[in-house]
Amino acid sequence: MKFILKILKDFPAYLWSGWGAVASILLFIACWDVGNQIYGNLVLPSPLETFKTLSQMLQDDAVWAEINITLYRASIGFALSLVLGTVLGLIAGFFATASMMSRPIVTILVGMPPIAWIVLAMIWFGMGDETVIFTVIVASFPIIFVGALQGTRTLEDDLKEMADSFKLPWHMKFADVYFPHIFSYVFPAWVSGLGMTWKIVVMAELLATNDGIGASLAVARSQLDTPTALALVVIMIGSLMFIEYIILEPIKREVELWRD
Amino acid sequence: MERLEVTKLNHHFGFTEILRDINFTLEKGEVLSIVGPSGGGKTTLLHLCAGLLDVEEGSVENTFTSTSFAFQEGRLLPWKNVIDNIALGLLAKGIDKRSAIEQSQEIALKFGLEEDDFDKFPKDLSGGMRQRVSFARALVVKPSLLFLDEPFSALDIGLKKELQTILIEMIDNKEITILFITHDLMEAIRLSDEILLLEADPGHIVKKFQYELPQKERDDKFIYAQTAKILQDETIIHTFELELK
Repeated sequence: MKFILKILKDFPAYLWSGWGAVASILLFIACWDVGNQIYGNLVLPSPLETFKTLSQMLQDDAVWAEINITLYRASIGFALSLVLGTVLGLIAGFFATASMMSRPIVTILVGMPPIAWIVLAMIWFGMGDETVIFTVIVASFPIIFVGALQGTRTLEDDLKEMADSFKLPWHMKFADVYFPHIFSYVFPAWVSGLGMTWKIVVMAELLATNDGIGASLAVARSQLDTPTALALVVIMIGSLMFIEYIILEPIKREVELWRD
Repeated sequence: MERLEVTKLNHHFGFTEILRDINFTLEKGEVLSIVGPSGGGKTTLLHLCAGLLDVEEGSVENTFTSTSFAFQEGRLLPWKNVIDNIALGLLAKGIDKRSAIEQSQEIALKFGLEEDDFDKFPKDLSGGMRQRVSFARALVVKPSLLFLDEPFSALDIGLKKELQTILIEMIDNKEITILFITHDLMEAIRLSDEILLLEADPGHIVKKFQYELPQKERDDKFIYAQTAKILQDETIIHTFELELK
């Protein structure tokens, strides 16, 4: 509770420190406008036109329905990878054999291009939610798994010994010695896993479904509707930036205050 | 009567013999130091006595009611601030949070930390400050037996003396029993009632030295004289390989 209050208390200062980021985004939009003036509206619509399309789209219930479908798939996929990755990663970390055995499997999962998984998933599950969710899990599970694995593998014997010398009861050992260390590895892995989820969910939808943001993007492409395509991209990037910078980054700062 | 009794203790790591036939007794109120060259099994012996390693052969009987350990490199929890680090041992004993924090603050001030430091994380402390915190953490639980693993070796002379003075005060009041390992003979002479000399490969005790004079009355002159004397000792010369080569 104290922790959450502290995050909220530091939040205005954190926001205020974001002016640099705002300036760089505005600079990026300016470059975009230059691109529009050089290449014309069909290739690269102007930012103004894109944001106009965006605000029209956001008033349309059908668009919100698509967004919700994508959100649903992303959250199911991410939640499953988070739980599976964290639990299995922690277990694998505690046993030397398990962590040795899991290494090559993780390499296969990380090394295999998501597009190949989409093809397989389409054969296995057909066109629909399962294919998208499966692809999301396959892509973001290994990231979280490796984070949790490393968190447990790198626990220091020195601190364990210290905990033993003070005869810390098991719940204190967990809460004061193991958890903060593991969390400092697992949390960043969750953040990267979330970024991966968001990218993969749209790609899988584009190829394997006929609803969701990804599918809308495919429709926009087939109709050469560049403003809509760009507006969809803005929705995706905007929501990712919101989650990352407004929600996760302030938490991360508090959690990692003790780090060098 | 509280005591630590080590009899016929042997220890191996794999096929390497680390300790052979270690015997000694530490009575309440005494300070026993074990000196010897680095890599001679001193730390292993201390860990066996403190129960951080399992005894394989021989026995270690510890009847002291409470013990604590101060490590060579502090070993503070990097995610806890100064006071929470010190309070760790108290909380482990089930003392309620508020009084644990109060006791920790009190001892922190006694060990030369300032109120501004209380909320700092270990990364923001100097090496000397970390060692103060580590000492405070070990002593705040008021252990009847304290294990010290070369805790002064990385400290400057001033801080070394300051921490030793606190210990000497406690020894003088018969508040504490200490088992202490070091490679610094002067330090051992300043603090100990008895010094055991541990020769390496495998670690075994080759000689004992005893000092009757109370620690509080040992001045620099006494310590220099005793150090000079002990350095002339054949066994010491041999054990520390001090022969001119």
